[in-house]
Amino acid sequence: MTFALSRWCRVLPLLLFPGGTMQFMLLFSRQGKLRLQKWYVPLSDKEKKKITRELVQTVLARKPKMCSFLEWRDLKIVYKRYASLYFCCAIEDQDNELITLEIIHRYVELLDKYFGSVCELDIIFNFEKAYFILDEFLLGGEVQETSKKNVLKAIEQADLLQEEAETPRSVLEEIGLT
Amino acid sequence: MALKMVKGSIDRMFDKNLQDLVRGIRNHKEDEAKYISQCIDEIKQELKQDNIAVKANAVCKLTYLQMLGYDISWAAFNIIEVMSASKFTFKRIGYLAASQCFHEGTDVIMLTTNQIRKDLSSPNQYDTGVALTGLSCFVTPDLARDLANDIMTLMSHTKPYIRKKAVLIMYKVFLKYPESLRPAFPRLKEKLEDPDPGVQSAAVNVICELARRNPKNYLSLAPLFFKLMTSSTNNWVLIKIIKLFGALTPLEPRLGKKLIEPLTNLIHSTSAMSLLYECVNTVIAVLISLSSGMPNHSASIQLCVQKLRILIEDSDQNLKYLGLLAMSKILKTHPKSVQSHKDLILQCLDDKDESIRLRALDLLYGMVSKKNLMEIVKKLMIHVDKAEGTTYRDELLTKIIDICSQSNYQYITNFEWYISILVELTRLEGTRHGHLIAAQMLDVAIRVKAIRKFAVSQMAMLLDNAHLIASNTQRNGICEVLYAAAWICGEFSEHLEEANQTLEAMLRPKVTTLPGHIQAVYVQNMVKLYASILQQKEQAGEKEAAQEITQLMIERLPQFVQSADLEVQERASCILQLIKYIQKLQIKEVPVAEEVIALFAGELNPVAPKAQKKVPVPEGLDLDAWINEPPSDSESEEEKPKTIFHDEEQRHSRHRQPEIDEEELARRREARKQEQANNPFYIKSSPSPQKRYQDTPGVEHIPVVQIDLSVPLKVPGMPMSDQYVKLEEERRHKQKLEKDKKKKKQKKEKRGKHHRHNSLHTESEEDIAPAHHVDIITEEMPENALPSDEDDKDPNDPYKALDIDLDKPLADSEKLPVQRHRNVETPKSPDAEAPLEEKKSKKPKKKEKKHKEKERDKGKKKEKEKKMVEEEEEKKKSSKHKKKKHKKEKEEKSKDKKKSKKKSRQSEEEPAGSVQNGTLDDEPLPPMSSYRLLAENPYIKMTYDIQGNLQHDSQVTVSVIFENKSTSFLKSMELNVLDSLNTKMLRPEGSSVHDGIPVPFQLPPGISNEAQFVFTLQSIVMAQKLKGTLSFIVKNDEGSTHEKVDFKLHFSCASYLITTPCYSDAFAKLLESGDLHMSSIKVDGISISFQHLLAKICFHHHFSVVERVDSCASMYSRSIQGHHVCLLVKKGENSVSIDGKCSDSTLLSNLLDEMKETLSKC
Repeated sequence: MTFALSRWCRVLPLLLFPGGTMQFMLLFSRQGKLRLQKWYVPLSDKEKKKITRELVQTVLARKPKMCSFLEWRDLKIVYKRYASLYFCCAIEDQDNELITLEIIHRYVELLDKYFGSVCELDIIFNFEKAYFILDEFLLGGEVQETSKKNVLKAIEQADLLQEEAETPRSVLEEIGLT
Repeated sequence: MALKMVKGSIDRMFDKNLQDLVRGIRNHKEDEAKYISQCIDEIKQELKQDNIAVKANAVCKLTYLQMLGYDISWAAFNIIEVMSASKFTFKRIGYLAASQCFHEGTDVIMLTTNQIRKDLSSPNQYDTGVALTGLSCFVTPDLARDLANDIMTLMSHTKPYIRKKAVLIMYKVFLKYPESLRPAFPRLKEKLEDPDPGVQSAAVNVICELARRNPKNYLSLAPLFFKLMTSSTNNWVLIKIIKLFGALTPLEPRLGKKLIEPLTNLIHSTSAMSLLYECVNTVIAVLISLSSGMPNHSASIQLCVQKLRILIEDSDQNLKYLGLLAMSKILKTHPKSVQSHKDLILQCLDDKDESIRLRALDLLYGMVSKKNLMEIVKKLMIHVDKAEGTTYRDELLTKIIDICSQSNYQYITNFEWYISILVELTRLEGTRHGHLIAAQMLDVAIRVKAIRKFAVSQMAMLLDNAHLIASNTQRNGICEVLYAAAWICGEFSEHLEEANQTLEAMLRPKVTTLPGHIQAVYVQNMVKLYASILQQKEQAGEKEAAQEITQLMIERLPQFVQSADLEVQERASCILQLIKYIQKLQIKEVPVAEEVIALFAGELNPVAPKAQKKVPVPEGLDLDAWINEPPSDSESEEEKPKTIFHDEEQRHSRHRQPEIDEEELARRREARKQEQANNPFYIKSSPSPQKRYQDTPGVEHIPVVQIDLSVPLKVPGMPMSDQYVKLEEERRHKQKLEKDKKKKKQKKEKRGKHHRHNSLHTESEEDIAPAHHVDIITEEMPENALPSDEDDKDPNDPYKALDIDLDKPLADSEKLPVQRHRNVETPKSPDAEAPLEEKKSKKPKKKEKKHKEKERDKGKKKEKEKKMVEEEEEKKKSSKHKKKKHKKEKEEKSKDKKKSKKKSRQSEEEPAGSVQNGTLDDEPLPPMSSYRLLAENPYIKMTYDIQGNLQHDSQVTVSVIFENKSTSFLKSMELNVLDSLNTKMLRPEGSSVHDGIPVPFQLPPGISNEAQFVFTLQSIVMAQKLKGTLSFIVKNDEGSTHEKVDFKLHFSCASYLITTPCYSDAFAKLLESGDLHMSSIKVDGISISFQHLLAKICFHHHFSVVERVDSCASMYSRSIQGHHVCLLVKKGENSVSIDGKCSDSTLLSNLLDEMKETLSKC
């Protein structure tokens, strides 16, 4: 008995999964390097890579003066460029493009507040922080906290908790050293 | 110990942290892949250490690498280790890594359940928060089911921070585990009035998302949301609510009327563009849904259009784009309001942003009328000239053609104008749409008889100037029009004034450079031309001229005989022979013209695309019967029927031949690129500009002189379409004057109506009479065509099979692979299975809990029982509980019912009433029931179903439906079985193995109800049978008697299986692993459809379809003890073969035997 593996494993067409408002968010550089990705829909790695590659190409190919929206597959893509970084979100047909732009902007503001005039390098070297901030702002693709102050407060307190936890180790380290 | 810790810390100092890694990658641009593979090796070492800090650091680095595209699924277990760290620092990293790389296929995910539960109940709110955030990314149906209750509790947490997150994540839980919706909904609704605005907005979010997918269930919340809308000032919340109303209004028109006012107020007052845009969109949607039965809302539409105009006029490209987008929605129902903004939309065609121009084009399509068509097309033609970039220009071209040809050329009043537009379009450089223009030329020339003369003269002009069209290799797309030109000139040659000249043009040596299919048409049509010239000359008595033309043909045709294209060669040699024969006759002075022209006698009429289908099948003709036995498969390749001239497809295929190769190449190139991109070790080269026109190797070095086309091509005598615009205006003006005169003279005279098919024009439009008396010939239909409504349905539509609403999270067609008692009412289909209406609530882990639960259930059931009896007397008026007795009721409604655990059912004697749900295929599945007869006597009928228990690898639940068939009251029912060594009934603690279990309800006459009994098993590889007895008391007016009925409980192997979905890649891995035993069966004499067959296997044997290709499907299931069972089901002519693979060979062979039995009954 032989199972026709190649046939069974063929990639199924991408179907939209019912997710929250936002399907995913990507951050990438002008050179097309991915800096952050957050998926609010369950997709396989392969599909994610495919979508990322296609979208990065599509968005980078657009001229600077073009509008921030494009229709792509069944989704609407909303993107905006801040300095060298592109922020790109996918929403469903019924969703509001302008509010998505506001979400992107709000996220940039949060990053800016947290890092203090954020630059691409901040996000590269502290990518986990960028995720933590995003996770406090959006959950499952929905806006979780509309107040910037509250988001930052939550992040600061969690960071504080992290530092407390880290202190003993550094003491130990010192013992180990001296 | 301390030493170890110190050592760990020292070790750690030498490890790279994330920053080092990032820096390292940036410093190794040359050999990044190599560097990273080194790092991964280091990380693997670090993961082996006990120190959790080292591990967390390693996982953090892995998360970064994952983003770069490296597979880190191998570290899933380590990620879980880090998630379970007690320190928040590490936990945070662990959850982040999990949320980035875990998905439903991650097998270790089930190990996280307890850890997550622990974190959810942590006293530290940030632990809880981090767990909730992580869970929102990787929640699986299993996790959703197991944690639903914990999350629901968190919705009432003291801290708003947690409440907010818990509320939001509930949406994900609902999606994965729809059964949780009903129990959780009341609490969710409470949250709409939470004191914390964040929690409130989260609840609004969740409910709005739910309602958008399934609005009818949320209509009752409309007043609440209305209140929220008028009181809230939070734009985020407002947008959600307004969107929700947009979804609700189509179901409840009264809501729409109420909404218009607050929405228009918002439109007037808000300064937030996003809110304004949402309001406008919703108003449009509301007005569309109201448009039927409402007085006009022109004021609101005007307001919207006005606001949209402001958006479109804004300098912000985004607003412009959205304004146009929304405008196109209004256009559908209120075209008039949009048409007045034509100027603005035409302006947008000049926008520098292509996406805006395309939007404007879309709008124009809907805005044309008889009045403005010429004007709009004129503007578009100007844009065609200006347009840079072929894509946009091609888009313009297709739009022009679409606009003109829409609804059977409804808006064209002057076809001469249209032909000249088409001719002008042939000047387009490098367009891909030559065939579109050609198709239009053919269509118009064939169907508008009045225009033929003009068309023929234009086409002759084109043929004469063919060198301009076909000379440039880059313009070869456009040479398709020569196909149409040649055909029109040939077919309608009687209209040609200078046929000689055209014939000569067609015989030019240059023609042989055209694509084969065009040459073929040339050859065929030059004979038609020749025939008509011959006739002309003969009639005029010019014998010499006739012979000259014959000679010309004989001289020039050989160039086509030498063609490499078979079609051309064949036609040319055939015709050459014919003409040589004619020449012989001519020399003998025999008149031949009549006979030659007879070759092409008769009018060709357009045939409707559906005509063939409409031919009624004569009585007594069986189209499916074989005339001869079919030959072997390899020979039965289908031949495509050829149509005479409406052969667009044919042309396509011929024309596309070189392109397909290129596409194929491009596809392979793309595939290779992807492969390389997926291979992190592949060093990518800098992208080279793609060379598109190099598919003709060896010609690049030939210098091609570019014709300067910026000078508009003016072919002598070719009328410009612009002239027509002027002429048309004058004509209309004249017409109007004349008509006015006429009106005065004889008011009653009816205006002669032109023969149009779609004459759906407005009054003002009707005033414009077409320039010619135009007769658009309809496409022909066969006589006594079958009337059918199914014209538009393509049976091969691939989406038809997918016609399941995926967006409906709560749709009843969703099922979860959980322990549960299946419904008699909901037959399953392989892909979308029925949900359970009742759920076995919280899946308690501990026995005591379970018992408590049972007690509670019992209490509830008793209550219900009472109610039911009461209701019976109330003549079943209360709709809320009605369905307890009437399972036929639609399932959707059952959602209203709160937490109903058990429902009484009628026995499956009436499965016909079952709701067909979730069937995928066109063919409806017959009702199926998994309940089998257990025992029956004059008093009672018992049916049962066995379900595996996912929580316990050695338990199954037997659900028994007891139906009272008598007119007496049945009470004190007690069920007992004789345990075997392997299989035992789970009895309450303290009772002996001989005690029966009381059935927790009584049965009034005619009523049925269901009870469940849990059995424990040791081995599940074999089917089991247990003997048992049900004893009960029959009570009626005459007194009460003890009765009993014996039964045999049959535990089939299938009942140990749990329907578990499986992804095809996981499935493939499983098969590859090689630790599975194999076995096969084959069943003959199967007559049911494959779909039906799969449904049967899914339903009766608890499998799920992994993938289905034609008549072959892979299926998967898992036993309660974790045996994987994989099937490959293939359907032959009359037989089905099933190949199975399973971790246990005995189980497999037993399963296959059972399947064989099921199938042999088919």
